[in-house]
Amino acid sequence: MTIAPEEKKALVPDGYVRLTIDGREVDAPKGELLIRTCERLGIIVPRFCDHPLLDPAGACRQCLVEVEMGGRPMPKPQASCTMTVADGMVVKTQHTSPVADKAQQGVMELLLINHPLDCPICDKGGECPLQNQAMAHGRTDSRFVDVKRTFPKPLPISTQVLLDRERCVLCQRCTRFSEQIAGDPFIDLLERGAHQQIGVAQDKPFQSYFSGNTIQICPVGALTSAQYRFRSRPFDLVSTMGVDEHTASGAALRIDTRRGVVLRRLSGNDPEVNEEWIDDKSRFAFRYLTSKGRITRPMVRGADGQLAETSWTEALRVAAEGLLAARAGGIGVLTGGRLTVEDAYAYAKFARVAAGTNDVDFRARPHSDEELDFLASHVVGTGPEHLSYSRLEAAPAVLCVALEPEEEAPVVFLRLRKAALKTAQKVFHLGQWSTPAVLRTAVELGSAEPAARDNLIPAVPGAEAAVLADLPAHVVEALTGGGVILVGERAAEVPGLYSAVAALGARTGAAVGWVPRRAGDRGALDAGAVPNLLPGGRLVTDAAARAEVESAWGLAEGTLPTARGRDTDEILAAAAMGDIAALVVGGLDPNDLADPAAALAGLREIGFLVSLELHTSAVTELADVVLPVAPDAHRSGSYLNWEGRRREFGAALEAGGVLPDCRVLDTLAVEMDVDLFTQTPAAAAGELARLGSGNAAAPAAPALAPSEPLRPGFGQAVLASWRQLIDDASLAIDEPALAGTARPAVVRINAATAERLGLAEGADATVRTERGSITLPVALADLPDGVVWLPGKSGESQVRTVLGAGHGDLVGVTA
Amino acid sequence: MFEFFKGFGVTFSTMFKKVVTEEYPENFPPAAPRYHGRHQLNRHPDGLEKCVGCELCAWACPADAIYVEGGDNTEEARFSPGERFGAIYQINYLRCIGCGLCIEACPTRSLTMTNFYEMADDNRQDLIYTKEQLLAPLLPGMEQPPHPMRLGESEQDYYVQGPTLARANPKTDPVGEQVK
Ligand code: SF4
Ligand code: SF4
Ligand code: SF4
Ligand code: FES
Repeated sequence: MTIAPEEKKALVPDGYVRLTIDGREVDAPKGELLIRTCERLGIIVPRFCDHPLLDPAGACRQCLVEVEMGGRPMPKPQASCTMTVADGMVVKTQHTSPVADKAQQGVMELLLINHPLDCPICDKGGECPLQNQAMAHGRTDSRFVDVKRTFPKPLPISTQVLLDRERCVLCQRCTRFSEQIAGDPFIDLLERGAHQQIGVAQDKPFQSYFSGNTIQICPVGALTSAQYRFRSRPFDLVSTMGVDEHTASGAALRIDTRRGVVLRRLSGNDPEVNEEWIDDKSRFAFRYLTSKGRITRPMVRGADGQLAETSWTEALRVAAEGLLAARAGGIGVLTGGRLTVEDAYAYAKFARVAAGTNDVDFRARPHSDEELDFLASHVVGTGPEHLSYSRLEAAPAVLCVALEPEEEAPVVFLRLRKAALKTAQKVFHLGQWSTPAVLRTAVELGSAEPAARDNLIPAVPGAEAAVLADLPAHVVEALTGGGVILVGERAAEVPGLYSAVAALGARTGAAVGWVPRRAGDRGALDAGAVPNLLPGGRLVTDAAARAEVESAWGLAEGTLPTARGRDTDEILAAAAMGDIAALVVGGLDPNDLADPAAALAGLREIGFLVSLELHTSAVTELADVVLPVAPDAHRSGSYLNWEGRRREFGAALEAGGVLPDCRVLDTLAVEMDVDLFTQTPAAAAGELARLGSGNAAAPAAPALAPSEPLRPGFGQAVLASWRQLIDDASLAIDEPALAGTARPAVVRINAATAERLGLAEGADATVRTERGSITLPVALADLPDGVVWLPGKSGESQVRTVLGAGHGDLVGVTA
Repeated sequence: MFEFFKGFGVTFSTMFKKVVTEEYPENFPPAAPRYHGRHQLNRHPDGLEKCVGCELCAWACPADAIYVEGGDNTEEARFSPGERFGAIYQINYLRCIGCGLCIEACPTRSLTMTNFYEMADDNRQDLIYTKEQLLAPLLPGMEQPPHPMRLGESEQDYYVQGPTLARANPKTDPVGEQVK
């Protein structure tokens, strides 16, 4: 007979330590912060400065707890947000230790000494950590009788962010965010002692694309949003989770509405995607919902040539009749970048089934055939398992091609910067000059010496493909073995660039990711709103794939068109020539296309034009029938972000009389005697999911020879250009506070070229083509010789519309 | 016969008692001093509104009868001292239960209750009182906002030493006059 051995304690797993918190034993991974371990146990220690995504600072001292090490109590209470766990530690929080409780009350009292009694007029009131924690852990009354420190208020630190210095508890969350996450430290601690305060340099306003995040993480109402100031209280708001519709990041949003009006948007918390950060455009640009130009009633152009409001029945009848009459002559379908997957699917199906054509294209921007081949071979059907934010973060090296991450994919930029900072990821940029994004993703951070930064791979616009084919050895080496290549949609502007990216990917084994600028582009590709692909990435030229789709759609065999359709430019050119009889256009801005004048000519010449739009636009002005559609706040649906991750969202507001594109198209198709079965986004999504993706092997990658850059003649330069994040985008209208933080439009050129062309820094320069000219002040930058840079669509600088030229074209430059 | 008078006993005895019937509406009997009647949005002595649009009254209200939207005071159009004022203010008297919790919640003593109780109507719309209806009348010395701060430099002056400043500036001391 044996005696049962004494019950043995479970072993501490490897890499863990065992400690006691409030009398409970717990195993915690080595290096974990005490405050996190407490959280896991459900013990909430009050805190202000601690933020899980920022480095510990220990600035506010609110999180004091009593700690015993090796049986000896530490002489003073310790800040649990800076102390890591250790074996045998005994921790007592305010729940079990009067010492910790008293210490916390003392800190709270000190914090409140100079805190104004602003709660009734403070935007944070009702959702304020200081308010809540003062109630939970503070003293019930104040012993302070002197006069509080006051500052004139509020101090606008940018057009978007207002600072009330007397409310600040100096937790430094805002400064740490600017420094560690965004990398643009415009905001800092000034002065010392009782006068310590947050401030900005006199001549430099807080001009950051990410400033809105500081408002959200400020634990008091010291940083408030100019746009939301005094608009409401937390208990008035109804929150819905949304998805960013301005960029392809798929960032999670929290949309707060009051009485049918969106009042503010906050960043949602999605560790897989945007963590807790979003850019300011995604946060602040939403008043397009209520702007004056919103269309809410259908309109039909009458005999007098004027658009007049009418009933849905009438408008749909006129549209259907016009389209039916035009069917023999050909119908083209053009969409823009604002479509959800479901809406894009409806357009794709409408084109195939109701219009009987493959002439459908979502690319409302410069595009190429090479791009179609690249998308078919490398992008369509891929998901986060192929390339995701976390894979991107873990990669040892990343190369950005035709992508200015901060301007075109800000959330991706934050990940790149995080990786550059935390894991010394090498982020190379194939571009023209050391943009803020290039500087802030350099490993040698803070070094002003260009020699210390080797992460810009300069290329004359047009020569990118050639440079890519002949990359410096260290870049190729870094990319080999787990590297990532991110290519932007602007690659379509350089012939051969997509081919070069594909070749480089094959050569180095680096994962290739396509990062479009707009939210709807990736979804439109997978939903088949392209001339060469059916939904699910099936090639239109593949008979088996067509048969699959035909049977799923209940069509007779052989009804789907067999040839690759025309792209946006070709469709519009055909419209101008009269080769196409009608167009259905959804959310396209002709000024974003390579040649806006030609696009407008096409829209003007077309026999019959149906426009599905949010706002009056260049297209609705020419349309025969205008059908209003629902913006995101009024519809549900999903976007595919650049990773190919499906990001679903629900409607934040009631429909309010507007319908999503898929419903409008469904009804229009019914009028044309065809069934799309896309009455609701859910129905469309269900059908798309049932269709799945084709199983044919991916087609071959494009293999175009690299193009030669143009050689500037006398008084000429090669134009480089891309859009800035905050510019004249159609969904950023009516946001003066946001527009105030846009980067100024300037002409960038290097010193030698400027001298040759007779330009001086700060003085005006004129960039011209035979179409028009743009005059803006000169800013010197490290561009290659003979290259001039202009922002794509910022104020004066409407490159495509005014110059009719784009990236890689020759322009004249004069003083 | 006696039975007859006995039956009317209560009636006759009541004839000689004091009448308790209120002759309403011919007479308008005042309510008890602390009666919870119609609300009033008070003013500072110079006519600026006391309400800062903080919505605390709306928050406190158990019947969800109050609707407030805040607004920004600008240099051109100032309705209250300080930065914030109540831009929209409504009380729905179909919902209000007269509990007075809103009065207790108000941090500026803007909201108080009057003794006025004649609030009946034949439609719902008219029982939602708007800010114009709820604002206290302009007493002598008061000026219809928007106008600049007359009593001091900042809202602190109004809150900390309002009455003193008002007395120092007799033009705007209607309160003092009333007390006299
Ligand atoms: S402004 Fe807010 S986030 Fe910044 S230090 Fe002050 S309290 Fe902290
Ligand atoms: S008296 Fe009571 S019920 Fe009426 S508004 Fe005030 S808080 Fe609401
Ligand atoms: S009446 Fe008082 S509680 Fe109500 S919003 Fe105005 S100041 Fe705030
Ligand atoms: S939260 Fe620990 S010191 Fe601020």
